[in-house]
Amino acid sequence: MKLLRRTAAAFLIAVFIAALFAGVLVPVPYAKQFRDSPNAMPSRIHLLGTDELGRDLFSRLLYGSRISLLLAPAASLLATIIAALVGGVAGYAGGWLERIALGGTDLAMSLPWLFLLLAARAVLPLNLSPAASLLITFALLGFFGWAASARVICAGARGLRDSDFVLQAKACGCSSRRVLLQQVLPNLRPALFAQFLISIPVFILTEANLGILGLGVSEPLPSWGGLLRGLENWSAVQANPARLAPLLLLLVVVSCFQLVLRQEDFAP
Amino acid sequence: MWTWTGVLFRRIGTLLLTALLGGILGATLVRFAPGFGVDERELDTRLHEDSIQALRRSHSEERNVLQFYASYLAGAARGHLGVSHSFGRPVTQLFAERLPVTLRTVALGLAGGWMLGLLLALPVVRLRGWSFDFFASSTSGVFLCLPTAVVAILFLYFRGPVALAICVVVFPRVFRYARNILVQTYALPHVLTASAKGLSTLRILLWHIFPVAAPQILALSGVTVSIALGAAIPIEVICDSPGIGQLAWQAALSRDLPVLVNMTLFVTLVTLTANSAADLATKAFETRPV
Amino acid sequence: MRNHRLALLAASFLLAALPATAQSGAELRFVLRSEPKTFDPMLVDDEASETIRYLTGGVLIRVNRKTQALEPELGVSWKVSEGGKKISFRVREGLSFSDGTPFTAEDVAFTMQKLMDPELHSPTGDSFRSSQGQVRVTAPDPRNVVIEFPSAVAGLERLFDQVAIVSSHSPKKEAAVLGPFAIAEYKPGSYVLLRRNSYYWKKDAQGRKLPYLDSIRLDVQQNRDLELLRFKRGEIQLINSLDASYFESLAKEAPAAVRDIGPSLDSEQIWFNQVPSSPIPNYKKKWFRSTSFRLAISEAINRGDLCRVVFSGHARPAVGPVSPANLFWFNKSLEPNPYDPQSALRRLQQDGFRFDGHVLNDPDGHSVEFSVVTNAGNKYREQMAAMIQQDLEQIGVRLNIVTLDFPSLIERISRTFDYELCLLGLVNVDLDPSAQMSVWLSSSSNHQWNPEQKTPATSWEAEIDRLMQAQASTNDQKQRKSYFDQVQKIVWDQQPFIYLVNKNALVAISPALANTSPVVLRPQTFWNIESLYLSNQGRGGDQ
Repeated sequence: MKLLRRTAAAFLIAVFIAALFAGVLVPVPYAKQFRDSPNAMPSRIHLLGTDELGRDLFSRLLYGSRISLLLAPAASLLATIIAALVGGVAGYAGGWLERIALGGTDLAMSLPWLFLLLAARAVLPLNLSPAASLLITFALLGFFGWAASARVICAGARGLRDSDFVLQAKACGCSSRRVLLQQVLPNLRPALFAQFLISIPVFILTEANLGILGLGVSEPLPSWGGLLRGLENWSAVQANPARLAPLLLLLVVVSCFQLVLRQEDFAP
Repeated sequence: MWTWTGVLFRRIGTLLLTALLGGILGATLVRFAPGFGVDERELDTRLHEDSIQALRRSHSEERNVLQFYASYLAGAARGHLGVSHSFGRPVTQLFAERLPVTLRTVALGLAGGWMLGLLLALPVVRLRGWSFDFFASSTSGVFLCLPTAVVAILFLYFRGPVALAICVVVFPRVFRYARNILVQTYALPHVLTASAKGLSTLRILLWHIFPVAAPQILALSGVTVSIALGAAIPIEVICDSPGIGQLAWQAALSRDLPVLVNMTLFVTLVTLTANSAADLATKAFETRPV
Repeated sequence: MRNHRLALLAASFLLAALPATAQSGAELRFVLRSEPKTFDPMLVDDEASETIRYLTGGVLIRVNRKTQALEPELGVSWKVSEGGKKISFRVREGLSFSDGTPFTAEDVAFTMQKLMDPELHSPTGDSFRSSQGQVRVTAPDPRNVVIEFPSAVAGLERLFDQVAIVSSHSPKKEAAVLGPFAIAEYKPGSYVLLRRNSYYWKKDAQGRKLPYLDSIRLDVQQNRDLELLRFKRGEIQLINSLDASYFESLAKEAPAAVRDIGPSLDSEQIWFNQVPSSPIPNYKKKWFRSTSFRLAISEAINRGDLCRVVFSGHARPAVGPVSPANLFWFNKSLEPNPYDPQSALRRLQQDGFRFDGHVLNDPDGHSVEFSVVTNAGNKYREQMAAMIQQDLEQIGVRLNIVTLDFPSLIERISRTFDYELCLLGLVNVDLDPSAQMSVWLSSSSNHQWNPEQKTPATSWEAEIDRLMQAQASTNDQKQRKSYFDQVQKIVWDQQPFIYLVNKNALVAISPALANTSPVVLRPQTFWNIESLYLSNQGRGGDQ
């Protein structure tokens, strides 16, 4: 088990380093179109082959990893923090505060947020650099993606509210704030962590879906979401199975995350 | 007894109020989204100038959201849910055709997801060995990080039923959550004592684990309903299943306000009902002596 | 694979034989890519409804999709008089609608009256409306009908190809049809089932009643991958307008099933925003209004590469507003747009632009940078934009690609005018230039680069206005052609629309389907639906 975790950790570190030094590692720039070899099979020059426009898939994967590995967890963290605050406080406090917070999360889960994102794109200037629009997209995702997690966390906090150790802490005269910060939140860690992990792939793909609506990463920047969209062209995937690499990498990276950071470590 | 009815009535009141609020918020979001009141047909070069102007005017009664919402509610009270712009048909008709499709797939997917999730979670804590836990956790982990749209694409190519796709989206979430709760509950002092006293596994499960873990696990049920409904959109769109998920997507792309308002109200009502039911069930469990 | 070859062999034998072997109970299946929005033939505006109308509607005159000539259908003969203001038809006798209601000239009169109601806002009806005023329709007897328009309608007869006659008496209203098929079942979101119209009047050379097919099942299916997959499995027999990448993939597996019929009528183009009141910086407006700037951008785009890479060779560099597929109207004297970045730079430098090897600066020192908007989710447009981005980089122009969903895009290009360059395609259903009237008239709201002008902003736009009006007011085809040739020349010189490519019409037809003869005009594969049949032996891999 330990070996497995170490391997996973080493792999994660390797992916992070590769993504960070993508500029040095990639054989060719990610946007360069080799127009004479579109849809090429893997070769020495193009490790994973090329896409429809003859762009090197390996370079795009590395650069895409940089974007997705940094931004999706960041958005997920943002969402989990908001969820922890809303859910934790509501669950712990109970009463009308909980009811309002739960009503709010229900509402937030059923509203067509898509339109807010669309409106946000309409407000942004057209000549915004791809990197800036990317940052804004993920920030918005983080801001809107908290509701489902908040509900789960609220239930967890509610369970803790009536637990013995919280009662004891209260009996000892701890202030509500202290109880919340020192007793309740640490005990919510497993739930928070699970929510954090669950949200990462969700955000990666939401980004891909937004791309279809024009709110995602714009050309020529690559992202995992954008690369996953390539799976829709199944005949191209069949012709060159190396196109599954983004999906495999996503699966392996998130699985490694789960392996390395076992929930038990976060349990009280 | 009367307190229960009171709670129930209060719940229903809050539920309706929140749903109404959701409706107006949803309508406002759509109204102020870019491209509202724009019709693709305007680009039809065959159309006469008058017809183009008429198309542009056709959304004018929706420009004032409050007015639109009030007249919508008045209509809804009489059973008229409005007429869809993009489909040119009454919303009631559209929902009647498509709702059964989605309800069936979501219900099947949820049932399957819960069963699979719990079936995997229980042996993990009972067997105690790390091998099964590792196997179950990593399997669910892989499915957990498979994005819904990718699940849909895979199901499309391998011709899997839509309900199963929803099941695949739901089960890892149920498993992960239930597993964690169960592991925690098994570590509680009274469970340890019970098993030290030599009680049967079944008895421990039913008498000591279940009452503690059930309320927390049940709290997830409401959320899974929203997850399943949310997953239904990409899955139905990609797999071409004629349910309300697909309708919602098409309506969103054409800014079909009457459809979207009804959709928001519907989704809010379902989410709220599911969550309230989960809460009430949780409360019912909590009041039982452990 | 072997199946397909065998099937082709079988089919080719069958082609020679008479369709006496046509399978009874045969059902043709293909896919509608969106839900049909209406079954009312007058309100048809989308492709799916158009398909249903083509298969079910009976028309007075049909444009033969192969020869592009007119053929009598319900109208046995017709005569255009008063310079294109009046048309009189003699209609076929003894026919009935699909519910048995007899067909007379009165039905034609009823259809035309209903269609020409301005309140109906019918795209089909609107194409007849060249000016204000009442349309007079009279049916003096059950065989004759006379239609008088307030002013001349250019290419009048061709427009009747779109007018499906509805019954004035039938209790089933527009569900009673005169075409080869009638709607039998409709499950919204799933499928439309058409059954042969037993009252259909046409017979083949041997006197057999047409159509040969018993039914057509049209599944509503948006997903193109699924469409391809189902075709490969033999579950559907036709794919109209196949995507280039799918064509390639299918060509590898079943070369007999795919056909590239050559350039279609559709074009892909870009245009700069030239609206004076648009919310973009003035210096950019100055670039976009400069003809030599537009020409330079046009020259810097490698159209050959677009065709080769994005469309895998199944497209031709576009020359102008008319595709070479439009045999009569295409101006053959126009040269293809050259790809010459050096000439583009020279042109710009003559206008005072400076290129330092990396960045192009305008005479006032602004670096040349603008954004292109296109509709999100259209893979080919996104790819074309990415290629144009790299092409323009060579002359120091920075292009930002912004993909927007369709309503947002239309809002920008037709309401707020908050865009710089737009990449879209134009679908041409009609061969006649009158169908493009609203694109070229400067006063029109579809004059995309600068719509709804009170007076023409430039002299060349004024000239286009004049020529378009002139071609519309005469019925002398030669004269009209000369006017429209001039319009094409002006557009080529000025490049308000920078035409990129004409996509080829690509189709897939199962070898099991006999008598097919795909063409570039819509509906490419089933324009001769009455004479198509499924052969017994040739059912390659059917389910």
